[in-house]
Amino acid sequence: MSNIDPMLMRQIIMDHYDYPRNKELTKDNGYMSRHMASDSCIDDITVQTKISDGKIDDIRFDGVACTISTASTSIMSELLKGKTTQEAKEIMDNYFKMIDQKEYDEDVLDEAIAFQNVGKQANRINCATIGWKAMREMIKESEDGKDE
Amino acid sequence: MDISKIRKDFPILTRKMSDKPLVYLDNGATTLKPQPVIDAVVNYYTYLGANAHRGDYEMSAQVDAAFEGARVRTQKFLNAKHKEEIVFTSGSSEGLNLVAMMVTEQLLHEGDVILSDESEHASSILPWMQAGKKKGTKIDYIPLDEEGKITVENFKSVLTDQVKVVAIAMVSNVLGFVAPVKEIAKICHERGILLVIDGAQSTPHLNIDVQDLDCDFYAFSAHKMCGPTGVGALYGKKKWLDQLEPIFYGGESNARFDKSCSLTLKETPLKFESGTQPIEGVIGMAAAMDYLDAIGKENIHAHEVELKEYFLKKAKALGNIVVYNENAKSGIVTFNVKDKDQMIFAQDVASYLNTFGIAVRSGQHCAKLLPEVLKTPGTCRASFYLYNTKEEVDQLIDALKNATVENCVSIFF
Repeated sequence: MSNIDPMLMRQIIMDHYDYPRNKELTKDNGYMSRHMASDSCIDDITVQTKISDGKIDDIRFDGVACTISTASTSIMSELLKGKTTQEAKEIMDNYFKMIDQKEYDEDVLDEAIAFQNVGKQANRINCATIGWKAMREMIKESEDGKDE
Repeated sequence: MDISKIRKDFPILTRKMSDKPLVYLDNGATTLKPQPVIDAVVNYYTYLGANAHRGDYEMSAQVDAAFEGARVRTQKFLNAKHKEEIVFTSGSSEGLNLVAMMVTEQLLHEGDVILSDESEHASSILPWMQAGKKKGTKIDYIPLDEEGKITVENFKSVLTDQVKVVAIAMVSNVLGFVAPVKEIAKICHERGILLVIDGAQSTPHLNIDVQDLDCDFYAFSAHKMCGPTGVGALYGKKKWLDQLEPIFYGGESNARFDKSCSLTLKETPLKFESGTQPIEGVIGMAAAMDYLDAIGKENIHAHEVELKEYFLKKAKALGNIVVYNENAKSGIVTFNVKDKDQMIFAQDVASYLNTFGIAVRSGQHCAKLLPEVLKTPGTCRASFYLYNTKEEVDQLIDALKNATVENCVSIFF
């Protein structure tokens, strides 16, 4: 576990909650979309992404959600945008390991390490992963489409 | 009412949460159990042991006496006319689902209307929505007043000849308002409309007299009134229960059947109780009724309302609390917390309170249509019961005083 200053990590979350990045949906063509409506009855988040040739061109989201859901999805959108789906999958894999309190590579997670203690409040794990799960599903869908 | 004496009856109140003394304010979700209820449940497992309605031996006869005794106890608890009007269920949800399925399938026709409202718990309204899909019945909504209450005038305003059922909660689980059930029942019966009452939030707090209310069906759960989980009862007027055919079939509900599929069911209520019932639960539920009646529900309700008034006074002084149901005479307080001009998301507040050992609920409280009425995506709900104290309200207020977005995020570090 990283020993980064808790004050700093709290500031990261507050900043992404007060000023969420990429928080605007688009009607442009070529975007996949996931409305995460069945995971939780309280957070209501939609995530969109544009993936072409195995590269994530854009990630957007919107919805009504708590501090942790909003900030974790905002950070995810910044972190994965511009990455290849392979790179994104490795980052996500490490993020989910961190949330599950397993060994993970913090170097690839950047600001997302702010959520390393979220498991202390077990019922909030879903908040820290809701946007990430949406993205994981859409990357899988983009790859499944390629195989056909 | 001696609260410190009552608290000694609840062994769980000595436990801690988040390393702090437990302040349990989520009684709308479920309630804690007193020792006499725990003892009654354990006594079934350590002494009674047998199945009900079956054996020709002493143990089984003792179980029968306890099980059917619990039916009579429940009859008295609701002041039902006949003990046969009490059907044991797994709780309010099952009772309300059974009524919706049986009534829709056997008594309603395409185009018939079920009147309900936007403050209903999922268990009160969803069964009618789903049962009606095949039959072609539809739901109409009694408009709620500006506070979220059901009024007789608003009820009358949506009455049509197509309305065949009214399905509402006696007490709303989010706002805590008491619906004018008796007046609505009178109007329903002038027009041949069935009145189905979700009693999940009223039974634990108010004296219930189903004959005086004159509802046709009334369902409640034991666990919200100090009883075990997984058990409850459905009251139905005998004429309806006799007329309706059950949803489930199996052991104990039938008298005989043969290869040609000819079936003779037992009489009401046993025809609705297929399979082995939660016997320890039924016995524990009866013990909970004894426990509550010994204290007196009017005393319990007065205590809850006093705690709510106390909270409201203190919350007003704080200035950062928005209360959605100030005028509801119940132990339910539905609120949000403001940080400057920003409303803090309810779940953030609930998680923050957890770190002080305080249990409250956040979200929509299973009433998914209500956010549109309240104009907020979610709320925190503190719900009081007989064992809660002013000191606990003080602890809640002290914690809410410092509830800011920043402090709600700080709990993760």
